[in-house]
Amino acid sequence: MDNDLHDIALTVNGAAYNGRVESRLLLSDFLRHDLKLAGTHVGCEHGVCGACTVLLDGEPVRSCLMLAVQANGHAISTIEGLASPAGDYTPLQQAMHDHHGLQCGYCTPGILMTMTAFLDEHASPSEDEVREALSGNLCRCTGYQNIVDAVMTAASRMRG
Amino acid sequence: MSTRSFGQPVKRNEDRKLLTGQALFVDDVELPGMLHVAFLRSQVAHARIVGIDVSKALQRPGVIAAWTAADLGAYWRHGPLLVPPPPIPGTIFHERTQVPLAKDKVRHVGEPLVMVVAESRYIAEDALDDIDVELEALDAVVDLERALEASSARVHDDLDSNVSAHVHQSKGNYVAAAAKAHCILKRRFLYEHGISSPIETRGVVANWDARASQMTIWDTTQAPVFVRNGLAAMLGLNERNVRVVAPFVGGGFGPKIMMFYPEEVLLPWASMRLNRPLKWIEDRLEHFFATTHERGQIHDAEIAIAADGRILGVKDMFLHDGGAYDPYGLTVPINSQCTLLGPYVIANYDSTFTQVFTNLPIVTPYRGAGRQHGVFVIERLLDLAAHELGIDRAEIRRINLIPPEAFPYNNEIIYQDFAPLSYDSGNYEPVLDMALEAIGYAGFKAAQAEARAQGRYIGLGLACYVEGTGIGPYEGAKVQVQSNGKVSIATGIGTQGQGHFTVFAQIAAEQLGVAVTDIDVVTGDTDQFYWGAGTFASRGAVVAGNAVNEAAKVVRQKALKLAGELFECSEDDLVLENGKVSITGVPGQFITLGDLAGRANPMRGAVKPGTEPGLEATQYFGPPSGATANGVHAMIVEMDPRTFDLKILKYVVVHDCGTVINPMILAGQIHGGVAQGIGNAFFEKLAWDDQGQLLNASLADYLLPTSLDVPRMELSHTVTPSPLNPMGIKGAGEAGAIPVGPLFAQAIEDALDLPSRGIELLEIPLSPSRLYELTRKGERS
Amino acid sequence: MKPAPFKYIAATSLAHALALKSEHGDEAKFLAGGQSLMPTMNFRLARPTVLIDINGIDEVSGVDLSETGPTCIGAMTRYRTLERDARLAAAFPLIREALPEIAHPQIRNRGTLGGNLCHADPASEMPALAVALRARLKIQSSTQRRWIAASDFFLGALTTDLQPDEMLTTIELPPLGPRTGSCFMEIARRRGDFAIAGVAAMVTLDDDDTCIGARLVFCGVGEMPVDASDATDLFKGEAISDKAIRDVAALAQNMIDPGGSVHASADYQRHVAGVLTERALTTAHQRARDGQ
Repeated sequence: MDNDLHDIALTVNGAAYNGRVESRLLLSDFLRHDLKLAGTHVGCEHGVCGACTVLLDGEPVRSCLMLAVQANGHAISTIEGLASPAGDYTPLQQAMHDHHGLQCGYCTPGILMTMTAFLDEHASPSEDEVREALSGNLCRCTGYQNIVDAVMTAASRMRG
Repeated sequence: MSTRSFGQPVKRNEDRKLLTGQALFVDDVELPGMLHVAFLRSQVAHARIVGIDVSKALQRPGVIAAWTAADLGAYWRHGPLLVPPPPIPGTIFHERTQVPLAKDKVRHVGEPLVMVVAESRYIAEDALDDIDVELEALDAVVDLERALEASSARVHDDLDSNVSAHVHQSKGNYVAAAAKAHCILKRRFLYEHGISSPIETRGVVANWDARASQMTIWDTTQAPVFVRNGLAAMLGLNERNVRVVAPFVGGGFGPKIMMFYPEEVLLPWASMRLNRPLKWIEDRLEHFFATTHERGQIHDAEIAIAADGRILGVKDMFLHDGGAYDPYGLTVPINSQCTLLGPYVIANYDSTFTQVFTNLPIVTPYRGAGRQHGVFVIERLLDLAAHELGIDRAEIRRINLIPPEAFPYNNEIIYQDFAPLSYDSGNYEPVLDMALEAIGYAGFKAAQAEARAQGRYIGLGLACYVEGTGIGPYEGAKVQVQSNGKVSIATGIGTQGQGHFTVFAQIAAEQLGVAVTDIDVVTGDTDQFYWGAGTFASRGAVVAGNAVNEAAKVVRQKALKLAGELFECSEDDLVLENGKVSITGVPGQFITLGDLAGRANPMRGAVKPGTEPGLEATQYFGPPSGATANGVHAMIVEMDPRTFDLKILKYVVVHDCGTVINPMILAGQIHGGVAQGIGNAFFEKLAWDDQGQLLNASLADYLLPTSLDVPRMELSHTVTPSPLNPMGIKGAGEAGAIPVGPLFAQAIEDALDLPSRGIELLEIPLSPSRLYELTRKGERS
Repeated sequence: MKPAPFKYIAATSLAHALALKSEHGDEAKFLAGGQSLMPTMNFRLARPTVLIDINGIDEVSGVDLSETGPTCIGAMTRYRTLERDARLAAAFPLIREALPEIAHPQIRNRGTLGGNLCHADPASEMPALAVALRARLKIQSSTQRRWIAASDFFLGALTTDLQPDEMLTTIELPPLGPRTGSCFMEIARRRGDFAIAGVAAMVTLDDDDTCIGARLVFCGVGEMPVDASDATDLFKGEAISDKAIRDVAALAQNMIDPGGSVHASADYQRHVAGVLTERALTTAHQRARDGQ
């Protein structure tokens, strides 16, 4: 079959991108290899590990289960867009650092994106709610405890 | 010292890159003109290769090459034996190591047959479909016991059985001890360990620069120096012309130290052949077969016990599933054999194991590395003995603990590092007491009865273990003060998330009086540091950490000497802190470390004979033998007595790993280990059919614990420094994972009152379904 | 794990999508939420030659809740939308109870009700709920439309009554009668995994607490949702007792056909199906009595 190419236009972290992609190109590969936004990681390519989670119009989704062409006209947010241009952490990034919420850091991008969206909607989450929200992101290093603590701390700091 | 950070929960230097998406992992390496590799892997576990036809694949647009074993010519050879068997008299060992591409036979599902190079990974995968492979299927060797029957198919045709190795070790006289026993309890134990399954799979990028005669390899390895040396030899290059970089590695837990993986061998070769950079990233499906596993053992073990509960002796015979090849020697089963002895006085021990070739992927160490299997056996034997004798399970452990005055305690058998199994130091009873206190042991029986009256089934588990850590051979480190005042540390060890960028900085900061954040650590780049072994066996902090300490000490001396000459004062009058050297009592008189470094590398004048330029030193550290850490885990679970669903209500770890460099990072190591232990005990199981096919090769079916499955853990520590290194450190990387299996078995038995129903849990992993079957079987019999 | 090549077409309207499907038939697949299809394509277990993306079609999305008549849910309605619809949750507590068991938030943000039903995974929750709730499914092709009962829609594992040119467009749920209590329970190895066994139970009482109707549908224990409601005939015209519940559960255990898997033996599945049935019926009964 000839390559089935499509022109797409989307924003990533607020910046506009135009590209021509093969229909089968996964959004995760498009972000990482075409846009060189390699902060989004790929762990399983079947939608279980959550490492590739990005925000699609503000909602966390698995970028390995979406085609790049499907992002046409949408706004994507990735880990690269979290900290301020000056490098200031978001409250969640800061809390992850403070609580040792990452070890190898490979699952971290997906966790940051998932829980960033979660904190937007849950100002005062319980630990159970945090664990539930986190359960779609596998981490093999931390045992989750410090991540949970980081999210709780971030929520508390965001409440001020 | 005002900047003191050693021993403090210092936040990690490496976090910023990881938290902002700027860290470099292997798959992030992008090079102009890069090609992509996929492998055609065997779909069957055991077969003779009749023919492979790649011609159709080569016609596909975008395909550059498709190579089989025949194309490799003289480059095709067996991998090296990484760890030869320890010098144990009478040991049988048949070395059969893996090959880059299968030539005559395939010996496990996933063994690579063809390497395809294409313009993209997508096209490379398309081309795999174009390849015709004709295989003549053979019976697969899967079951450990049947593998040893004369009628079994043989994994390696040139051997007369599937025995990979046979080892016997003993201390004392078990037969004599057993003759005096009050009772002997004998059981069969099955312990399966799973796969490490880091969230980052493996990957290799190789780039041959012909003009510079330079090969650069980015590799998700835990042992870059060995990879460089081995590949240089294979490729016919000087070691100086090969650079191996293990950048950020997304978890490894053991299997990423295995070498040489076929892909590590093939990518550099292909890059030289094509004069193009190449990338191969293992996908998750490949990972289930192409990365090494740890798996099962079958133990037939017995304990000879006195009426008061003292262990008189233990006898064990076990089979160890080694997989299709044995490049890692005997490390895993030796660990099982040695760690079974645990923190207990076991004067008489007789242990024999047989490592068995099977048509399953290769077995190499994964966090715990066989220690789990041994701990399970001894802890379960003690539980059986306690039940038999009517002794409290904490008491039977207590009375058998090695007393503090008995250290160093020689267990008289040979450990995986070839040294006698000798525990360097320990004080075990306080650890047990702290765990009992933390879990609320004294009041638990009443709480259990009260819960039961409300229809709730809660149970407590308690398990002790030791962990041999910090083995040699050695690591080295170069510590250098730069003229901007910042300190650079380079070491050959790889890293996989353990916080090396921070703990090594803390160690140097202690000596050099600089802020941890002003110390930059480079690990895993062979151009930055030439020598080293790797990150494995809970040894990074111990071995590389001490090398950093020694090198930093030398740099400190150099700095003080130079400053003493400058200020014309005694070095004893100098203070090194806050990045500068000052004279005691003369506040204005100081020089910064950066300025000193500049003076140590002068533009004019002579560097005196016998001195070296720069504030720099390289030192090596090699411990004579491993340091033995110990700990106790305790857990309370609640069981649904009908569905066998399980909830962990409380989890306690008390641990002693000697001097602690960074308690925050240590806690993280324990948390992660426990999480993997929980996976091993209750969730993760590689499900093979009798033809060696894996029935659950996806993360949807191979069940890694989630945030809902791993409980909050309460940690405490005691500190018994190791006398084997100046800092008194013991390793901690694997400790969390080791005792979780017996803890589950005991806690579940306790919750459901299984021992009094004659039901014993003698296997791991458990699951609700398996518990249902075991309890039904127990009730029928 | 990259998908094999295919031709991608973003449908701009329902008519467009149906015309495309009519043109390409079995060669083509609709891409709804993609949360089941994309993994199978990445594993190259599914290799459609044409992928018709229906995410851009608004016509088949949304919840139309009626106080008196049936509730209509567009096939492309995402789980996320269902999860956040408080009125739907009040009208159909079963849906509220089952949704959190479906995978994880990221998957629910994309996954659609219709896509899930058409995938027809026997361990999936929604097909069982559709049967339990007596859903009617609206099926459209470019030339005709038809309605089918959910109970007739599922033909086997990953197999439905859909023809190559058809699309499921609407799920219609009849209103629950008064004094109806319901309960969904499942056992999975981890939260979010497919069910080892799951059960949707519904009990309707009259003013004297006599049972006048009950539903019992399982997931995960057969090739498709197993409707074991006949077992509840024991309740009819009686006040439900614990013993009757145990008897119904025992009957139901014999009506299911679990196959066993790497996660659980068939015996265990049958066993826990019985346990869950007892518990779910007890809770549903209680809720019916308490007017929840």
